[in-house]
Amino acid sequence: MENILSVRGLKVDIPLAAGTLHAVRGIDFEVRRGETLCVVGESGSGKSLTSLAIMGLLPKQAQRSADRLDFAGVDLQHASNRDMRKLRGDRISMIFQEPMTSLNPAYTIGDQLTEALLLHRKVGKAAARNRAIELLEKVGITAAASRMKQYPHQLSGGLRQRVMIAMALMCEPDLIIADEPTTALDVTIQAQILRLLKDLQRELNMAMILITHDLGVVARVADKVAIMYAGEMVEAGTVNEVFTEPRHPYTRGLLRCIPVPGRTKAGEHLGSIPGIVPSLIGNMPGCAFRSRCDEAIPACAADIPKRLSSSGHLYRCVHDYGPLSSLSSSSGLQAKSGEA
Amino acid sequence: MTNTTETMNNDVTGPTPGQILWSKILGHRGLMFGSIVLLIIIVMAIFAPLLSPHDPYHQDLMARIIPPVWDARGSWDHILGTDHLGRDYLSRLLYGARISLAIGGVAAIISGVIGTCMGVAAGYFGGRVDNCVTFLINVRLAMPVVLVALAVVAVFGGSLQVVIIVLGLLLWDRFAVVMRSATLQLRSMEYVTAAKAIGCSTKRIIFSEIMPNIANNLIVIVTLEMAHAILLEAALSFLGLGVQPPTPSWGLMVSEGKQMLLFEPWMISIPGVALFILVLAINLLGDGLRDVSAPENRN
Amino acid sequence: MLVYTLKRLGLALLVTLAVSMLSFALLYLSGDPAAAIAGETASASDIEAVRHYYGFDRPWVVQYGEWMFNAIRGDFGESYYFKLPVSQLVSERLSVTMILGVCGISFALLTAVPLGVAAAVRPNSFIDRIALFISVMGQAMPSFWFGLVLIVIFSIKFRILPPSGSDGWQNFVMPTVVLGYYAMPAIMRLTRAGMLDVLGADYVRTARAKGAGEFRVMFKHALRNAIIPVVSLAAVQMGFMLGGSIVVESIFALHGAGYLAWESIGRNDLPTVQALILIFSLFYIVFTFLSDLLNAWLDPRMRVG
Repeated sequence: MENILSVRGLKVDIPLAAGTLHAVRGIDFEVRRGETLCVVGESGSGKSLTSLAIMGLLPKQAQRSADRLDFAGVDLQHASNRDMRKLRGDRISMIFQEPMTSLNPAYTIGDQLTEALLLHRKVGKAAARNRAIELLEKVGITAAASRMKQYPHQLSGGLRQRVMIAMALMCEPDLIIADEPTTALDVTIQAQILRLLKDLQRELNMAMILITHDLGVVARVADKVAIMYAGEMVEAGTVNEVFTEPRHPYTRGLLRCIPVPGRTKAGEHLGSIPGIVPSLIGNMPGCAFRSRCDEAIPACAADIPKRLSSSGHLYRCVHDYGPLSSLSSSSGLQAKSGEA
Repeated sequence: MTNTTETMNNDVTGPTPGQILWSKILGHRGLMFGSIVLLIIIVMAIFAPLLSPHDPYHQDLMARIIPPVWDARGSWDHILGTDHLGRDYLSRLLYGARISLAIGGVAAIISGVIGTCMGVAAGYFGGRVDNCVTFLINVRLAMPVVLVALAVVAVFGGSLQVVIIVLGLLLWDRFAVVMRSATLQLRSMEYVTAAKAIGCSTKRIIFSEIMPNIANNLIVIVTLEMAHAILLEAALSFLGLGVQPPTPSWGLMVSEGKQMLLFEPWMISIPGVALFILVLAINLLGDGLRDVSAPENRN
Repeated sequence: MLVYTLKRLGLALLVTLAVSMLSFALLYLSGDPAAAIAGETASASDIEAVRHYYGFDRPWVVQYGEWMFNAIRGDFGESYYFKLPVSQLVSERLSVTMILGVCGISFALLTAVPLGVAAAVRPNSFIDRIALFISVMGQAMPSFWFGLVLIVIFSIKFRILPPSGSDGWQNFVMPTVVLGYYAMPAIMRLTRAGMLDVLGADYVRTARAKGAGEFRVMFKHALRNAIIPVVSLAAVQMGFMLGGSIVVESIFALHGAGYLAWESIGRNDLPTVQALILIFSLFYIVFTFLSDLLNAWLDPRMRVG
């Protein structure tokens, strides 16, 4: 299958008074049509900026550079503002983390849903309206026609996120970027929204980049997973490879933090990763994780090569680990990913 | 973005909050300019008797309407010239600063006391007290300030005291509005709830928990209302229903200079510029204090 | 919405009542109105006759009730000075003040809103600094002095605008600028702050992610939300401006209600002053009431549910 998005050496720098903050430090990945890539990392790892960099929606002071940034044959680095505007909302859509604040309080759901279609396609208002109602029904909103006249404040968070999803789908995009779409929602709603996203992605054969810090989510929806730490992509591969044979100590640490029903006993300590993310200002030679890593050795301070694991996924660590045998949870995750 | 700055701040073992505040104050150009200019004007007002070359009330009908020194007809004896009664303009300007500062300062304090009491009471007690205060604020805002002030001064006569009291009784609205909302916010804070929980008296909570936390708001409004009062006094005096002649009020000086507008525009320029600079300095000070004390700047 | 409107209306009426009492009481503090009317040379019995004629010997509650009852019907009594009905005097002058007020607020909005938006779009840019400079100047400039400076420049130096009178549109140019500039800084600052706030909002990012152009993002998505508080402020400023027109009208000898108020205070013409205080207050009350309704209509969160 063709790559819909291919990224090489993407960097995002933010100049600050204290020095340049290298928020994203040269990351590579690609997404194919119909494929779901999950980008995982904690707050500040650069995952949200990565998605904004693809959309061309970085904050003004942030600077983007890349060796390669292609979307469906378009070079995004050299695309004009006008070209980017044509892509956004049409061929690439985005769903944001905060459904409560991501809809404009001054306009009806209908106005906001039809806007993208009216901007990008030569369709009449009636046609746009029909399309919007159709999509509202598709995302599981009942009484869609009457919802069109409502304002965002009249809807619950879950409903608003469904509206956001419908809005992103209006022009049948090739790529949909979802930035922690379920973080702000109730746990029960989270599962519904995730399932909805996954079903729609399959049905419409879209590529999806799902940004999350929740490995449980990854296990259920991802084809590929990329782990980010301090602006770098420390490990990337298929979900099976990464989950069964995590090669980076950070990934291994993350996997240890997941409680597994039936396996994790009540009151038992989950794993946790001590320490904090280092400052991203200035250059940082060597492995960014070494200050928190139990197994750091002097070699970690030197440049870390990209390596290929036996099962064929990329990682950046000087150590050679076998399969994560101590991690009893991996089988549990397997079972769950199979069921999703 | 916010996440990254959060992680950045962790390894900062920098200056103390006091040092940060000072560096912010010194680094704020408007604030520095405003406070220095205001300080100069205050010093000039205090030492007006020493600095004035002449008696501000002394009339010299032989030396009327002498232009300032930069005009060809001017002389060094009267650096800023003389008015239509031959009084030295510079001396009147220096004494006029006293009037403006006294009116601005005292009126702001009177209205500050009234407005703060009302605002804090409304915010803290809520309910009926709040409704009552909000109603009073509405009534006050509905009254046209200049017109009411003029009418009252016309009734009671235009002495300095009357003008100060009238302005003090009219300008409390902003204090009440801001203090009310600030107190409302504080009332739901945990430390206030905690103080209530351990049985502190209402008086104690208001004075030791609420007041210190709204003090910087208060200072900002005091400066802004001081500027407001100074401008209003000048306007009243200009309209002939404020401070009465021969008191050297800047507004009155503009009004007297207006007669000579056609030939001697400097007569309105000098007191006008003086008023402008004083109000500008106070406003810059107030805006600067607000910037420096804004919570998002405090960290 | 209906409940909200009725509540607001009730409050407006209560405020009107309170203001009317105050303006009535205020001028009865001025001493003996009968003595003032009768003049300095009048004898005690003359004053007594005047007092009885005008009804000043009745309890003040009765006097207030009568005054208010008549005022509601548009009868504010007779001017002591002109010996004409106050309502006639005021209505003749009010149109001038209204024109001035509308021109002033339009001038303020037309300069302040674009400037505020431009400043917010590029914070700390040249245009932002200019906007800040203009607003700081405007806040510190005494309006009576600014008016005189304009007269010196445009009437005396260049002779392109008349310094006083109220004959043609030329007479309104300088008063409009002075009055508008008085209201402008606050509107500009609020627009700028509101736009800065809104431009950082998530829904503006959503609009960009949809592929909306900058113009559409600014005006359809951002300004629509940032303008809501500006509407209230403009209404409040409009009310203040009509009250403040007294200064501007007296500088330019513009024969409006403000000028009449100033003259009447000087002449001790109580009924006229009372009527004008009440009318200016009423304007403020009506404007804020209308702006509350407009706000509720602009903000769906208040309109529905």
